[in-house]
Amino acid sequence: MADEVLRLEGVSKSYGLGTPAEVEVLHDIDLTLEKGEFSALIGPSGSGKSTLLNIVGLLDRPTRGTLFISGQDTSTLDEASLTQLRGREIGFVFQYHYLLSAFTALENVMMPMLLERGRPDEQMRATARELLEKVELTQWQNSRATNMSGGQQQRVAIARALALNPALILADEPTGNLDTQSANNVFQLMQQVSAASKTTVLLVTHNMDLARRCDRVIELVDGRVVSDHANPAA
Amino acid sequence: MNDLLPFEWIAAIRFLREGRLQSLFIISGVAIGVAVIVFMSALLAGMQANIFKRVLTSQPHITLQRPKEVARPQRTDEPGQAVLATVQKPSQRVSTVDQWRKVRDDMRRRSDVLAVSPTVTGPAFVIRGDGSQAISLIGIDPEEYIKIVPLPEKIVAGTFRMTNSDMLVGTQLAEDLGVQLGDKLRVATAAGGNLTLTIAGIFDMGSRSVNQRNVYVLLATAQNLAQLIGEVSSIDLTVPDPMQAEVVARSIANETGLDALSWIANNNQLFVALNAQTFTSEMIRLFVALSVAAGIASVLVVSVVQRSKEVGILRAMGGSRGQLLRVFLIQGAVVGLVGSIIGSTIATGLIAAWRVVAKNPDGTPMFLLTIDPSLYAWAALVATLTGLLAAVTPAIRAARLEPVVAIRG
Repeated sequence: MADEVLRLEGVSKSYGLGTPAEVEVLHDIDLTLEKGEFSALIGPSGSGKSTLLNIVGLLDRPTRGTLFISGQDTSTLDEASLTQLRGREIGFVFQYHYLLSAFTALENVMMPMLLERGRPDEQMRATARELLEKVELTQWQNSRATNMSGGQQQRVAIARALALNPALILADEPTGNLDTQSANNVFQLMQQVSAASKTTVLLVTHNMDLARRCDRVIELVDGRVVSDHANPAA
Repeated sequence: MNDLLPFEWIAAIRFLREGRLQSLFIISGVAIGVAVIVFMSALLAGMQANIFKRVLTSQPHITLQRPKEVARPQRTDEPGQAVLATVQKPSQRVSTVDQWRKVRDDMRRRSDVLAVSPTVTGPAFVIRGDGSQAISLIGIDPEEYIKIVPLPEKIVAGTFRMTNSDMLVGTQLAEDLGVQLGDKLRVATAAGGNLTLTIAGIFDMGSRSVNQRNVYVLLATAQNLAQLIGEVSSIDLTVPDPMQAEVVARSIANETGLDALSWIANNNQLFVALNAQTFTSEMIRLFVALSVAAGIASVLVVSVVQRSKEVGILRAMGGSRGQLLRVFLIQGAVVGLVGSIIGSTIATGLIAAWRVVAKNPDGTPMFLLTIDPSLYAWAALVATLTGLLAAVTPAIRAARLEPVVAIRG
């Protein structure tokens, strides 16, 4: 169990609790992700994928059930500790990259480190440069996000997600907004960094081609895991 | 990124720089507000200083006199009875201060009194040939009196020379009587005193009536003329803080039993007017500051809404509520500080322009505009604090944004 990064035990999520409009969107989810695993989370719209991702990402709390990150029970943590754990253990890549437009690519990659340590330093810059090199954007390091293409911005977002060397990267349709070529590049890049640094990746996607290329495919329908299998092709 | 600055400062400055037009507008708003406040304060301070200088340098801060004589009815009221008596007020003679040397020495020992000068003041006539004029005769101890009224500075002709046969007259009196330096004038009082004195100097106190009425002579000469040998009619005082004159006057009155008349009570109308002016300007300052604060707050609220996604992503990446709160508080403070620096510069320019434009008909400056350097420091401090306070609500909004909601919305 030492290699377990994420474990969900009986996680449910309801909205509008205690009102007539109460609706449970996740029912009793049990799920474990191992270190270095590259999994796809698929399912139709409204199946609860994003809700699950938010709970796993500590952006939202489950109504019932327990979530362990790197073996730590998160239900006992307060807001500040959750924020700290989130910053340290989880990297996010969103469909809309959400780079900070007031900062350069390099500074965006430094941001998680800056938030954690408070002040910029040379070591942060060196780490950020290394990460930008990994995503092949060295020559763009001083460009603002607004001057870059969608694919490039998403690669910056991936570099940023890796900044604190997190145990888990959560990607919410990172390629959903890109053309096929760029989507392919971004996906390959994520596979490379996952393999190289043994980072666990949970990728939400609608793209079945991409899902088929993941180690494991978890399918969610109506808030329940309906299938969860290793991908023979991967 | 500057390695010396923490994340909050870096983000605050970047956000302000990115929202260029918004930042420019709100900083201009703060600058105009600060410029108005600084310029108005300087103008008011200059004007009041000028008025005070004119009023205070021609009169003592406090004058001590024997209490007014009152007539008492011989029959007093008994319980249950009312006495219907009309009591006629007595006419006031020139009265003298009892044991004035002791009072003078007591006053000199007080720490809230700067200078003490006994004087003899009373009505008199100056006579020259056919012409005569009523004057107010003031007998002074020159060494002491100049600490209270800087007479030598007011001399426009002749010198501040005071022997027992000299007198100082005002410009207006000299003109009315057609006299000049060195001329002799006969001074007579109702008490029967009669002396011929030489005009040693002519003064200008800046007030036509004072220049017409006041005549200064040596204390002994006045005592002689008023037939008050060895007596004085009043004791003049100067205090360190003229605005406290009334308080000091009351304390002296209680202690000595004398009438203590402060310049404030003497110039009550002027004082009320000055206070009203100060109050008005403070109200204007307050409302300018409030409207500046409202402007800063509204711009920052919009900025939080515009940046809600970025705030959300910062929170998702491990940014704490405290960090985001500070990012927006700092933006408010920076807007206030930068605005106040620009505003102070504008105010300095306005004051310089005012000096060029506002002149008396003869080309001399209307009055000296004093710019207290501490005014700039205050403006900067108050504007920064206003910015900070205005940023509280927007900053709390930013800190409370839930990352999920912010990112999704």
